[in-house]
Amino acid sequence: MAYIAAIDQGTTSSRCIVFDQSGGIVSVAQREHRQIFPKPGWVEHDASEIWTNVQSVVRDALAHASLSFADIAAFGITNQRETTVVWDKTTGEPVHNAIVWQDTRTDALIKQLGDQDRFRERSGLPLATYFSGPKLRWLLDNVSGLRERAERGEVLFGTMDTWLIWNLTGRHVTDVTNASRTMLMNLETLDWDPELVSALDVPLAMLPEIRSSSEVYGTYEGVPVASALGDQQAALFGQTCFEPGEGKCTYGTGAFLLINTGSTPVQSQNGLLTTVGYKIGDEPAAYALEGAVAVTGALVQWFRDKVGLISSAAEIETLARTVDDNGGAYFVPAFSGLFAPHWRSDARGVIAGLTGYISRGHLARAVLEASAWQTREVVDAMNADSGVDLTTLRVDGGMTANNLLMQFLSDVLDVPVVRPIVAETTCLGAAYAAGLAVGYWSSTDELKANWHKAAEWEPSMEPAARARGYRKWKKAVERTVGWMDEDDD
Amino acid sequence: MPGPIQSIQRAAEVLKLLAHGGAHQLSVGEIARALDLAKPTVHGILRTLQEVGFVEQPVEGGKYRLGAALFQIGTSYLDGNELRAKALNWSDSLAVRAREAVRVGVLHGKHVLVVHHVFRPDNSRQTLDTGALLPWHATALGKVLVAFGEWPDGELRRFTRHTLDEAGLRAALDETLVRDWAYDLHELVEGEASIAAPIRDGRGAVVGAVGISGPVERLCESPDQPPRLELVSYVREAARSVSRELGGLSW
Repeated sequence: MAYIAAIDQGTTSSRCIVFDQSGGIVSVAQREHRQIFPKPGWVEHDASEIWTNVQSVVRDALAHASLSFADIAAFGITNQRETTVVWDKTTGEPVHNAIVWQDTRTDALIKQLGDQDRFRERSGLPLATYFSGPKLRWLLDNVSGLRERAERGEVLFGTMDTWLIWNLTGRHVTDVTNASRTMLMNLETLDWDPELVSALDVPLAMLPEIRSSSEVYGTYEGVPVASALGDQQAALFGQTCFEPGEGKCTYGTGAFLLINTGSTPVQSQNGLLTTVGYKIGDEPAAYALEGAVAVTGALVQWFRDKVGLISSAAEIETLARTVDDNGGAYFVPAFSGLFAPHWRSDARGVIAGLTGYISRGHLARAVLEASAWQTREVVDAMNADSGVDLTTLRVDGGMTANNLLMQFLSDVLDVPVVRPIVAETTCLGAAYAAGLAVGYWSSTDELKANWHKAAEWEPSMEPAARARGYRKWKKAVERTVGWMDEDDD
Repeated sequence: MPGPIQSIQRAAEVLKLLAHGGAHQLSVGEIARALDLAKPTVHGILRTLQEVGFVEQPVEGGKYRLGAALFQIGTSYLDGNELRAKALNWSDSLAVRAREAVRVGVLHGKHVLVVHHVFRPDNSRQTLDTGALLPWHATALGKVLVAFGEWPDGELRRFTRHTLDEAGLRAALDETLVRDWAYDLHELVEGEASIAAPIRDGRGAVVGAVGISGPVERLCESPDQPPRLELVSYVREAARSVSRELGGLSW
């Protein structure tokens, strides 16, 4: 019983990482799944394929380290949030492909539901296409006979955590963090909210039971399945942000900044979301403010795949270092509008400040700098909402391998940027929550003692240069809004 | 058999010269002076290299730098930033297990270029030294890289009374080839030791090295003994894991 295995069911792949007691990685296995695009704006996953992959990666991760199920003290789960599955309770077959968080098919439904802030106080969320409730409603409206079957209790709804726990243990449960992204849960009661459920017209019978993020839900191959956390909340947990005011930013396809606000939900005045951070067993829930940037790593991927000036994401740093600055170019990647704190769906991307002087090296700089400036905007919103200024930014995710970006991030935020020694904080968070539930780790203090700095970048930019850069960035952002017209698709 | 072709030799000299500068660029005149060649000769070589994409001239009439095509064909060329990305997880794990600072290095002339650095996990104040250059002959990283690569030109500076001379180094490199790992004991800094192992790519070529460094009291049983085998095994496992990420091992 020497290890904890975390299952990370992500947007593009499923992974299993085995951790030892010091939080070190012992083994990793990963499998990608198909991205299904039936129409522009629609994104689906095959939930059965994902379940098959999860079983494979668990098997592979154990095999790589010559472990058996008996060596695992608990499984923890973290998952892509908001992605919605409905399946037959008897056969376990999904009734439709899972509708992925990025999918915008609920756009019309969202507009029809009215004011953007209608559910904000109860759910913490603005009306937007990401959240699960409207996706579930779309399935009920569009899959023939589904509403009737749901009312008869023949089908079950779940986010990916629920789908996996049901397959692993046979129980139909979700955790508070995933439930907080459905737009059906009341942030104060941490239970399904009758008004939200009725506004979205969803049968209560198909919803899972809401449990804490860290408790034994059941067993798989004799091993307790003992945690579930949405991916961003898992990263917050993995970074051991257990005190109010502590926060982290995860850099993947997009970037997600979450700050622990303690035992009371804080309503944002600056375009951030209010969400549940985590809940350990019977302890009170910890809430968080969340700011999302849609496009960070995705811009580097776009630069690699669509522009072709680099052949791997890491090479952007090599290209960017061929020049000393951005040459005056700013790249605002509003590919599908602007997220926090602007929330402008009519915005589209621009490259501003182009002159004949700009080379591909300058563009590479502008691509990287875009991630940092977008983070700066979200940090400013966080500082305004929480009334406390961020003093250090804890970062994680694949882009933290980019030294140039991390230094520039520290420069534009004017605070130290710190990377913890295990960059895989999402999996680590799921492992930590599961390990706490089964007594593998004794307390959050023990987890905090496991947190170590792996790298730190100190700000070194002149205040005047920072102010000038931010001013230009804001001018570039102004040039993105209002691009889309009524007759654009 | 015909003798060496002079123009190819000269072209290779030009490429080497540009490679040493990294991102930095050279003019026709600078190259001509450095290689003691006539300017028209250098110009002709550069134009040919430019045609095949091995050099680039970002500004018409300006300086030259290495071209993208060269990077795409280099057999054991691996972008240092790419290596860092692939090594990230495993160097973290190594730091956690060994409780020492970790560095990943590649050979850069007669130095080891640090492409990745993980702090010693004790939350003490440390400074990131990614991008720093270490002398190859007084570090475990350098011994690994040279043992599986080419002996760099240049003087072997003595840093301590333990820094090895050429004969000592040749013996240490032979040993490194057999063991597949290397160490240094008081050779760069009195009282400090380091251990390193090779990182291999899909062709089996050594493209980098990963290692730990720290006080001899922690790395060795006693100050004049080789490092503890438990730490060696952690370093070698990390090197194997990174090699696996790079497709260098099938298991």
